Amino acid sequence: MSSAPAGTTSTETRIMNFRVWRGDANGGAFVEYSVEVTPGMVVLDCIHKIQAEQAQDLACRWNCKAGKCGSCSAEINGKPSLMCMTRMDTLPKDETVMVEPMQAFPILRDLVTDVSWNYEVKKKIKPFKPRAPDNADGTWTTYQVDVERAQEFRKCIECFLCQDVCHVLRDHHKHDEFIGPRFLVFTAALEMNPLDTEDRIADLKKRDGIGYCNIGKCCTKVCPEHITITDNAIIPLKERVVDEFYDPITRLFRMFKG
Amino acid sequence: MSALDKYIVTDHDVLVIGAGGAGLRAAIEASGHGARTAVICKSLLGKAHTVMAEGGMAAAMGNVDDRDNWEVHFSDTMRGGGYLNNATMAEHHAREAPARVRELEAWGAVFDRTKDGKILQRNFGGHRYPRLAHVGDRTGLEMIRTLQDHGVHQGLDIFMEMTVVALLTNAGRVVGALGYDRERGRMRVWRAGAVVLATGGIGKAFRITSNSWEYTGDGQSLAYHAGAALMDMEFVQFHPTGMVWPPSVRGILVTEGVRGEGGVLRNSEGRRFMFDDIPELYKNQVAKDEEEGWRYVCGDKHAQRPPELLTRDHVARCINREIKAGRGSPHGGVFLDIGWIKEKLPNAREHIKKKLPSMYHQFMQLAGVDITTEAMEVGPTTHYVMGGVRVDGDTQMSNVPGLFAAGEVAAGLHGANRLGGNSLSDLIVFGQRAGEHAAKFAKSAPNREVDLAQVEAETRRALESFDRPNGENPYAIQHDLQDTMQDLVGIVRTQSEMELALEKIAALNARAAKAGVAGHREYNPGWHTAIDLRNLLTVSEAVTRCAIERKESRGAQFREDFPNKSDECSKYNNVVRKAADGSMILERQPIPALRADLKAIIEKMK
Repeated sequence: MSSAPAGTTSTETRIMNFRVWRGDANGGAFVEYSVEVTPGMVVLDCIHKIQAEQAQDLACRWNCKAGKCGSCSAEINGKPSLMCMTRMDTLPKDETVMVEPMQAFPILRDLVTDVSWNYEVKKKIKPFKPRAPDNADGTWTTYQVDVERAQEFRKCIECFLCQDVCHVLRDHHKHDEFIGPRFLVFTAALEMNPLDTEDRIADLKKRDGIGYCNIGKCCTKVCPEHITITDNAIIPLKERVVDEFYDPITRLFRMFKG
Repeated sequence: MSALDKYIVTDHDVLVIGAGGAGLRAAIEASGHGARTAVICKSLLGKAHTVMAEGGMAAAMGNVDDRDNWEVHFSDTMRGGGYLNNATMAEHHAREAPARVRELEAWGAVFDRTKDGKILQRNFGGHRYPRLAHVGDRTGLEMIRTLQDHGVHQGLDIFMEMTVVALLTNAGRVVGALGYDRERGRMRVWRAGAVVLATGGIGKAFRITSNSWEYTGDGQSLAYHAGAALMDMEFVQFHPTGMVWPPSVRGILVTEGVRGEGGVLRNSEGRRFMFDDIPELYKNQVAKDEEEGWRYVCGDKHAQRPPELLTRDHVARCINREIKAGRGSPHGGVFLDIGWIKEKLPNAREHIKKKLPSMYHQFMQLAGVDITTEAMEVGPTTHYVMGGVRVDGDTQMSNVPGLFAAGEVAAGLHGANRLGGNSLSDLIVFGQRAGEHAAKFAKSAPNREVDLAQVEAETRRALESFDRPNGENPYAIQHDLQDTMQDLVGIVRTQSEMELALEKIAALNARAAKAGVAGHREYNPGWHTAIDLRNLLTVSEAVTRCAIERKESRGAQFREDFPNKSDECSKYNNVVRKAADGSMILERQPIPALRADLKAIIEKMK
């Protein structure tokens, strides 16, 4: 997918061809549709048009249609993207548009995948545990500069595109051993929340498989919220794991402490 | 009960329908009171419409201006609502919102901060002081994620991507719900001692809306068909600033936060037309000139607000007037300009991107407009319904025992018009109250036996569109309804157009009865649309009947044939119910006299 500059919205109406994957867990195939595309349309508009006019039962998830809920994740011309934020005039004009479901999760139907694994993973991560309030009225005193890093991670809309693109999950299917970029970001948001007192470093190493990430940065590239997943979340967490488990002095202490 | 074998049956004390802010807050509360609690959501958990809320949640914490307190918030809410509000709810809301916001922080929400380390609050339309706790322009996401991440550790049973088609009743009391899962289309029965509706609004009854597909009036319609009264349905809020171009994004919300941060409205002549029409109720609260308005935005406590920060009903009508008078923007809106603040701030570009990051990306990506240098084109979009299920102001219970409602689906707090920021606080204040009272009610409701005949009849109704594979396309009926409501019961209303709308709604009901769907029950959006039709038609009829009955202009209702407020109309709320013959009946519900101390507060704040 080319990323044409914003500000160039074509004014012409044209017919474009689509190949949309249709099927279920037992298999499926691409089905061709053609859609009249008017200026400003996004891929999700085209899918809706197909639903309303040609294939009532074409399954797709969506909700806000404004890039805020992260429901309409799919692969457009092979790239994990939100359908609601992919403008038609950013796609090659004379080529068929390919739309398929995310590959890292089991298919339910057509463009809808079973993302329940993500909810199970999240539930296992130790929840937020704040320190005692700073003030008599039960409030805390924290400054903007202290919360900014956690706020970056909390922009996440849980579209799971980062999970989809991650080779550890997508190609190697290590869902039982690796929590994926989304939940490393989630853990980072908790760990870097200035009020939090919980320790999740041992879990990151032993249970969550942070070592599987080899910093390919594919996750950062597909993030629609532009979260600097690898540099700001994963690498600092890896450093904490190293400090805790591989630092020679800490190791020595641990030996004595048993 | 062996005939229930065809259904997947689960048992709960409290069943919450909807998993936005109100539903999750209610579920957390009910669970905290020891109730076995289930939550049903039409989407995946964490995707509900609350994620789209941008500007913030109103709570008189006084962190930015210490003159703020619950009394000011209460009187702002009542004034904004044209005094049709349920005063008990407005009082609870103003008093309890600060504690509910602080509770979110204790559960992990990360709010923007003041310089002295408190939760930051921003200006918004109709609020006298900076009052909205926020996180940039993604406050709703912060709220839903906080409640979701806290809630999943409270032992809730969560049913994702399921839709409720009927409430089940026994001897006039609610005992559960019937629905299906979207994935497979299997019918399910949830038995419960109490049900909390938290299903949101009705925006999808209109063509231009900021609302998502979920907003099909399910809760209002489920309650109505179960015997509950709906109140104030004529009051549909048209948010003044939705995107107008390109066509495919028409209606998507542009947060009021843009104006809170200094954004101004101009017509095609470059005039700040909002200065031309200041309503009587607010004449002492508006800046004299542009310079004073900017000082207000900058936090000058002696300055009054710019007229762009008047209530939404008024701003939407002014924009509508400019467009109709031919002074609109090229694509039929007006101009909203935030980039101009570069005249005042050296780092304006970075400031805008930091304060309004979602707006920056939304316009850049969807419209190719850089809001730091170019004006946005905006126009009114259907955003919120003030009306809904009539509830008790203390407990949130409807007139049907065991049926509660909280958030947008409930009526009362906002009266004739909602202030921006009062919705997110509504969710947590009344979600908490509904959850508590539902849990208490469920304890005293051991008999949860469902009526098999009702279950089977409702199941047949839900599935009947499959019997007509060649029936009319439900999408076409939905589109025609949206056109009818947009064109005939929209921002400017008249008697004759609304009477025509009622005729059209009757005809659409007849068409909906013959709608058909192809394919099977697994994840079939055509079928889901066919089911939504009854809800959309029910709420559309309620909106239209109430709007015809109210022969005045007040709050969100503007009648071209009755352009002024009427004293007579200030004395009642419109209420609709389902009659024994299935028709919709309308009654006037007198508004009780205001408690003396609340009356004194309102007088004092005038």
